Amino acid sequence: MAGLELLSDQGYRLDGRKATELRKVQARMGVFAQADGSAYLEQGNTKALAVVYGPHEMRGSRSRTLHDRAIINCQYSMATFSTAERKRRPHGDRKSTEMSLHLKQTFEAAVMTQLYPRSQIDIYVKILQSDGGNYSVCVNAATLAVIDAGIPMRDYVCACTVGFVDETPLADLCYAEESGGVSSLALALLPRGGQIALLQMDARLHQDHLETLIEAAMTACKGVSKVLDEVVRQHLQEVSVLTGE
Amino acid sequence: MKDTPLSNCERDFLLKAIEEKKRLDGRQTYDYRKIKITFGTDYGCCFVDLGKTRVMAQVSCELVAPKENRPNEGIMFFNIELSPMASPAFEQGRQSELSVKLNRQLERCLRNSKCIDTESLCVVSGEKVWQIRVDVHMLNHDGNLMDAASIAAITALCHFRRPDVGIQGDEVTVYSPEERDPIPLSIYHMPISVSFSFFQQGTYLLVDPCEREERVMDGLLMIAMNKHREICSIQSSGGIMLLKDQVMRCSKIASVKVSEITELISKALDNDKKARKAGGRCGFAESIPQERITALKMDETPVEMMDVTDRANDIVQKAEAPPQTVPSPVVPAPGVGQVGQGLQNTWGLEEQEESDNSGEEQEEIKTQMKEKKDENRGGDVVEISDSEEEEVVILHPEAPDKLPKNTGSGSHQKGAATTKKRQKK
Repeated sequence: MAGLELLSDQGYRLDGRKATELRKVQARMGVFAQADGSAYLEQGNTKALAVVYGPHEMRGSRSRTLHDRAIINCQYSMATFSTAERKRRPHGDRKSTEMSLHLKQTFEAAVMTQLYPRSQIDIYVKILQSDGGNYSVCVNAATLAVIDAGIPMRDYVCACTVGFVDETPLADLCYAEESGGVSSLALALLPRGGQIALLQMDARLHQDHLETLIEAAMTACKGVSKVLDEVVRQHLQEVSVLTGE
Repeated sequence: MKDTPLSNCERDFLLKAIEEKKRLDGRQTYDYRKIKITFGTDYGCCFVDLGKTRVMAQVSCELVAPKENRPNEGIMFFNIELSPMASPAFEQGRQSELSVKLNRQLERCLRNSKCIDTESLCVVSGEKVWQIRVDVHMLNHDGNLMDAASIAAITALCHFRRPDVGIQGDEVTVYSPEERDPIPLSIYHMPISVSFSFFQQGTYLLVDPCEREERVMDGLLMIAMNKHREICSIQSSGGIMLLKDQVMRCSKIASVKVSEITELISKALDNDKKARKAGGRCGFAESIPQERITALKMDETPVEMMDVTDRANDIVQKAEAPPQTVPSPVVPAPGVGQVGQGLQNTWGLEEQEESDNSGEEQEEIKTQMKEKKDENRGGDVVEISDSEEEEVVILHPEAPDKLPKNTGSGSHQKGAATTKKRQKK
């Protein structure tokens, strides 16, 4: 992968995008009737399905109950056919457990859990096809699912990955870029207040570039939030037409 | 076992203290606790003390087949072990959330930042590579495990030497350290993690939280950097909202802290190298000579003590003279056994006098052996009960009637016991 040119001299990336351009985001809400909330989201070739159950009474060990807010239970899994090599375990390995933890943390910050004391909210996310930016796609899908379930949130949570190549930040990395040795930063943002719900970065990056990178990630997240907002509004319109209001 | 929850009082107290910019151990907001690095006799073994947090790292290596997609790269393996020894909250065997978090963070901090040249670990491409395994064991949990673990892991890796190998045709020979000097790993840079804890929705920030502070914090931000001011990984955790400015500020603080810690690590490594070169004794036994578990070891507290000496002197002057202590063990009631009776104890100077006395007495006894035992016993009783009563009067002035009797009989008994002993001799 070493010889791969991630950003051409003309300023185009491997898949023909500009540096700050996001991949195409397509989403649908309410894809399952059984669940309280569900959503399907495609970001380029990365596809994710999110399902939300709750808020409901605590299941399993009651000792985890919190008297002042709801607990959020997240499970992240990848379909065995989601990557180029077939995955043996869809969930339960270290990376997926960590991803579940991060999702949980992101939504604990965003969902108004104090409205539902002694209860539990389950968020299940499954990656159907993986092409980079798994975390951010999961967060975006789960946000739509939580909204579909009617659980109040402080704001949309939008996530995006950003890479850094030739002194230029690249928004919304695909798999080829991610594995090409780019230092990447994943950021989950509540766009209205500019608050960062989760920040994660791998690989080396000089301190001086951090600010530009975070800045670029925030802009990208705001772009995602616009798309999500549109999806929600469109979904509501469809539903209201169906119910005859 | 679940961790005992913190009481509301304690929680409020801690938060209030943080609001007032005070910390329990007297540190400033951006201060680290004292870091101490010690090495074992073997290469690749080190202990790191971060205040009371104590962590051990051990590096080992073996020859294995490489991964299919990377045929000419060595394998790095990291493992953090949270044993119940460190804290009762840690359970054996189960992968807890904390353990996953720490393990992944360490992996990201050291592996993804490519601080070790994995290609130099290749022996025969596609067939044999070195697998370097780093085991980090938590020995005592007093907060900020991540920083301690990252320091320990990178120090151990720097300290480690792998055996030299030779290839002749298809044969791979691993030389023992006696035959050829072991080779250090090639390390490009040293990523060190610095943790920041946030309180009151991110209003207050502390570096290097201790265990108590970790329990009341809202969120944590871990930044791993090297001394070239390159960020190797960032991870926020806990449900807090950060602002961009906070992250930037943290990264600036981290760069300062990292350069300090790197300096410390290289100094420790240098010292160890010198000690080994000089052929002097090295290892834990030398570096921690005075730390016995039973000793009441007190660290010097970094709390302001302005007029403490004066006040202490004042109290000493005003206080009454201390009661004469009873040097010999006292049996409080008849029929009660005493552990260690008859043994010499080594408590102080008075003891010396006492033993001298008893020596004299014994001489007396020898000379007066033929005389009646009663006399001997009587003498003993009077002596001991005297001192007894003095002490009793001072300690329990409200109940003087009952106790002397008891103690009298007790000491009587005791006297009897001692004389019996002496007779045996």
